[in-house]
Amino acid sequence: MTIVFQILAAVVILIAGYFMLRGGGARHQAMQRILLLLFMVAAASSVFLPQLWTYAANMVGVGRGTDLLLYITVLVFLGFVATSYRRSRRTENDITELARKVALLTAHAPDQETTEGKEVR
Amino acid sequence: MIGSVIDGLKHSFSHIVCVDDGSTDDSAAVAQASGATVVIHPINLGQGASLQTGFEFALSDPDMTEVVTFDADGQHQVVDAMDMVAKLRDSDLDIVIGSRFLDERTSMGKAKRLVLRAAAAYTRATTGMALTDAHNGLRAIDRDLVSHISLEQNRMAHASELIDQVSASRARWAEFPTHIVYTEYSKKKGQSLLNAVNILVEIVFR
Repeated sequence: MTIVFQILAAVVILIAGYFMLRGGGARHQAMQRILLLLFMVAAASSVFLPQLWTYAANMVGVGRGTDLLLYITVLVFLGFVATSYRRSRRTENDITELARKVALLTAHAPDQETTEGKEVR
Repeated sequence: MIGSVIDGLKHSFSHIVCVDDGSTDDSAAVAQASGATVVIHPINLGQGASLQTGFEFALSDPDMTEVVTFDADGQHQVVDAMDMVAKLRDSDLDIVIGSRFLDERTSMGKAKRLVLRAAAAYTRATTGMALTDAHNGLRAIDRDLVSHISLEQNRMAHASELIDQVSASRARWAEFPTHIVYTEYSKKKGQSLLNAVNILVEIVFR
């Protein structure tokens, strides 16, 4: 019966991949926050209602509720890694642009004239 | 090291731009004293970012006709750079790309050769350009093509990115045999072969 969970995991990864590739924006961020909220509720509820999780785990063919939660944690973590990678790439691009502007504005002309027609900037 | 590289260049090239990528020693001052225009990144950004900064600075000079990218660690030969510019002009090309594999002059380890060959094969497959060496730092580029290049890969994957953009702009290109001298200094400064892993990751997860 584990095949059910494998299909579920594959679907979740595909959906996450779709959202990641389609780029950011407010909708993307909202979806991310909803998912995080759901995950927090799920994690909290597993402490108080472990039998509910075991029931859900058996439904999708995973042995124990804690195992199911572990699998979900792995998926959420992978999603987190991917989004933070994207975010840091974007930040890096912004910083690059900024630093390049500074560099171009403060360029230093050479100390000595090497050839005729050399521009002094 | 940087001083002797610029000394070697300045008899053949009238405008030398040196991009200082946040170095902590006196490289920038030495380069400036040797006769180069120095553009200083306030923080370390990477080799790709430095190339793009150099391109944009060169484009700010309306009289600039072509750009030569030349590594500052002394592994490139001035005579190669001059021959490449001559070829660029004579054959009316947009870019002349240096290659270590067109003759037997450049000696390197087996592993490095293998990785560079694999990288070139990857570039051939993705761009259709029949390159023998996709990661050679020595290039001569026409002004018009320089203005169409916009490198966003700051770190390692910029060489592949540059070739991608050359291919996308349907530039007229040629390779030129270059002699790369791996001195102790350039080996120390050069990238480890493990960086091939970083390049792959940066290409896949843009």
